[in-house]
Amino acid sequence: MEIIVCVKHVPETAEAEIAIDSSGKGIKTEDLVFDINEWDDYAVEEAVLIKEKLGGRVTIVTVGSEDADKTLRKCLAKGADRAIRLTDKAFDGSDAYATAKILYGVIKDLPFDLILTGTQAGDDGYAQVGVILAGFLGIPHATMVKKIELMEGFTRVNRELEGGLEQVMEVGTPALLAVQTGINEPRYVSIMGIRKARQKELKVLGLNDLGLKEEEVGESGSWITVEEMFIPPVEKEAEILVGGLDAISSKIVETLRARGLI
Amino acid sequence: MTELFVLAEHRRGELRDVTFEMLTKGRELIARADVDLTAVLLGHNVKELAIRLADQVKKVLVVDDARLKDFNEVAYQKVLTHLISERKPVLILIGHTSFGIDLAPSLATKLNVPLATDCIDINFEEKKPIVVRQVYGGKVNIKASLRTSESYIVTLRPATIEAKEVKPIGGEIIEVASPLKEEPTTKRFIEYFEPPAGEVDITAADVLVSVGRGIKDADSMPIVEKLAEALGGAVACSRPIVDKGWLSADRQVGTSGKTVKPKLYLAVGISGAFQHVSGMKNSELVIAINRDAKAPIFRAADFGVVEDLFKVVPILTDRVLQEKKSSK
Repeated sequence: MEIIVCVKHVPETAEAEIAIDSSGKGIKTEDLVFDINEWDDYAVEEAVLIKEKLGGRVTIVTVGSEDADKTLRKCLAKGADRAIRLTDKAFDGSDAYATAKILYGVIKDLPFDLILTGTQAGDDGYAQVGVILAGFLGIPHATMVKKIELMEGFTRVNRELEGGLEQVMEVGTPALLAVQTGINEPRYVSIMGIRKARQKELKVLGLNDLGLKEEEVGESGSWITVEEMFIPPVEKEAEILVGGLDAISSKIVETLRARGLI
Repeated sequence: MTELFVLAEHRRGELRDVTFEMLTKGRELIARADVDLTAVLLGHNVKELAIRLADQVKKVLVVDDARLKDFNEVAYQKVLTHLISERKPVLILIGHTSFGIDLAPSLATKLNVPLATDCIDINFEEKKPIVVRQVYGGKVNIKASLRTSESYIVTLRPATIEAKEVKPIGGEIIEVASPLKEEPTTKRFIEYFEPPAGEVDITAADVLVSVGRGIKDADSMPIVEKLAEALGGAVACSRPIVDKGWLSADRQVGTSGKTVKPKLYLAVGISGAFQHVSGMKNSELVIAINRDAKAPIFRAADFGVVEDLFKVVPILTDRVLQEKKSSK
């Protein structure tokens, strides 16, 4: 099995303080910790699980700066065999559509039986790249995938729908599957493991290597242009209870008593 | 006269709420432009759904084909490519749902039409759509424009726009012959699968103590279980807890889980992503505990506690137990 996994190196923002940068179109990233996009972590795990069962090779591809090597090394330590980083100044400002074009630039010449991605990224959350890439490659896809069974010539997948329901689909292979979180339990890797994976191949390619023109990527090759970033208006805000843990607990108990909840 | 398409979403014979939310937004958009609002319904034996839509919109395009009975992106994409190429609508609205996520980027790529996904609002400025989206887990928003084109595709986040129904207008139902020639071979719908129900029905509980990522590891789960027990309630959770396998899927509150309306919803260590909030926002009383004062959950709560949950929850549990004891 030749499996390609597309990953993204993203800032962790769930518990971090977010500030808008001087361009007014992005966030300040200096103080943020970057890591593999959560959805992609599950995609890498799924690829490694398949490889461990059936044999083959797992190739990781990302579009990003040199910083993304941290994520690539992590993927290699998890069991991927090689990594390709697509880096070029011309790629800056690429939206999901342009990013898919960049990925297509390298993947079109690689052998694969399966391409795995995360359903979406935790930063911009477009949930588009995988499906657009499949469209360029002319292969079928499935998104929100919670279960993968590989058969001869096709794969049977469970897609997550709303309200706890799933949809079972059969998709012809080679296919692109965009996985949902929870499909497996991503393994942890030690610092030692990451250090050891340094011996594995990590290739860097740019615009010219992919045969792309400058206007096809970046902002000019995108569908979407960010005009402005802003802090969302507050419609409703909770009354924040203060005064120390005891006082807060008493206030909650009082509130619950008043409503007959205790 | 050009058109604005709203793709009706339905499952197992019922129109999904997002359809009416999109129609509401569509009505608002056409009020300021010389554009017709058209609902597009693909399915099989969907006469009743077409009539229901025609109550709300002047024109309903219906493509009836057995191959469109259950959602299949390949079949949907082919039919919509045909309809869009023929009628050149200025905008196609699709729900940012599991169906929309599978379909919209594939349709946009096929037609080479710019697409903006997961939008919470859309407006036209100088004939170009300007969309508003949430990024970084809802902490900041962006306003974005789309590349100039004859048509645009936008997917709208469900449960963001309040659906408003108009008095039934008895719109026209137009049947369009299905352009599908063969069964889609690269993708086949097999069946729906409903994970087995567990022993606790969180939708029936008056009190829910709901736990999120902030709990950090499985060994800490008993502290929320104790609080739930003290309050006589059940333990629910947000998605990461199910993903990690610490609670079963039937405990999950949110878009992909259950929608709950308890008398008390106590959110512990939950950041409040919209997928979660849309499953609990109609609770009678919401109290949120999170150490991040900027966590979106505080915008969905009545009372907030900005503290470390590991410190607050045990003290609160003791207080509740004391209170119950003294009132006996």
